[in-house]
Amino acid sequence: MHDLREGESESTAADLKRFRDVVEPELALLYRVARRIVADEAEDAVQDCLLKAFRNLVQLDRDEAAPAWLRSILVNCCRDRIRRRARRPSEIWIEDLDEFSLYRKLAREDPFPYSDSLHLDFLHRFERSDVREVLASLPDLYRQPLLLVYVEGLHAKEVAHMMDTPLGTMLARLHRGRKLFERRLWEYAEANDMLKEPIS
Amino acid sequence: MITCREAIRQLWNYLDGLVDEPERAAVEEHLSICRRCCGELEFAEELRGMLGRYGAEELPPDVHLRLVATLDELERA
Repeated sequence: MHDLREGESESTAADLKRFRDVVEPELALLYRVARRIVADEAEDAVQDCLLKAFRNLVQLDRDEAAPAWLRSILVNCCRDRIRRRARRPSEIWIEDLDEFSLYRKLAREDPFPYSDSLHLDFLHRFERSDVREVLASLPDLYRQPLLLVYVEGLHAKEVAHMMDTPLGTMLARLHRGRKLFERRLWEYAEANDMLKEPIS
Repeated sequence: MITCREAIRQLWNYLDGLVDEPERAAVEEHLSICRRCCGELEFAEELRGMLGRYGAEELPPDVHLRLVATLDELERA
């Protein structure tokens, strides 16, 4: 058990209420971001973050800055956990990935020849569970930045910092992640009989 | 004028706000006259939207309870 009082000055009742008021609304986002970075250790990382935030509440001069302040604390907690892991992820080579374009693949294969909106019809055939299955099939290395940027709405620079990775490397992973997501959508559609003409 | 290949290469970074001037203006100039690349742009926007809508993960209720319990504990400490 942590010593909750370690290193912090005496907190007033107002401080405690303020802490709760700024932190509790952010719990869901903190957890989601931590899930993207440290997966199964997310809850522990958020717990670390709450403890550090509590001890350093004096650093928060404006309550409006709380979401960004909490996120930066969380990122440091996640980075500490990543560093403690022995193995760093390595890039994955996937044949012809950089050249793959789902848009062009659809135009070439034309699975719905009577459609006036072939590309959108294709995407609209995917339910939430299909997309989540496709995302789950991606290697962590590519899924993490993809979700942090396109689901959680973080900037690529912030994600690079979170992952302790140069921005150029992060942008390359985002690019490959998007390409792999596109390819897996196509493969999933093929495997699940989703390339038949929609019934009108 | 940049080529379709160059415009497509920059498309996602353009949507993500990662393309600075003058490259940004060059992409926009190309999109203003190329219908096929506009189609790719629309498709990329749909894909981004699909990721945002369907990729989100909820905070599990049991985890939420444990995190709130931590806040309670910090308040009492």
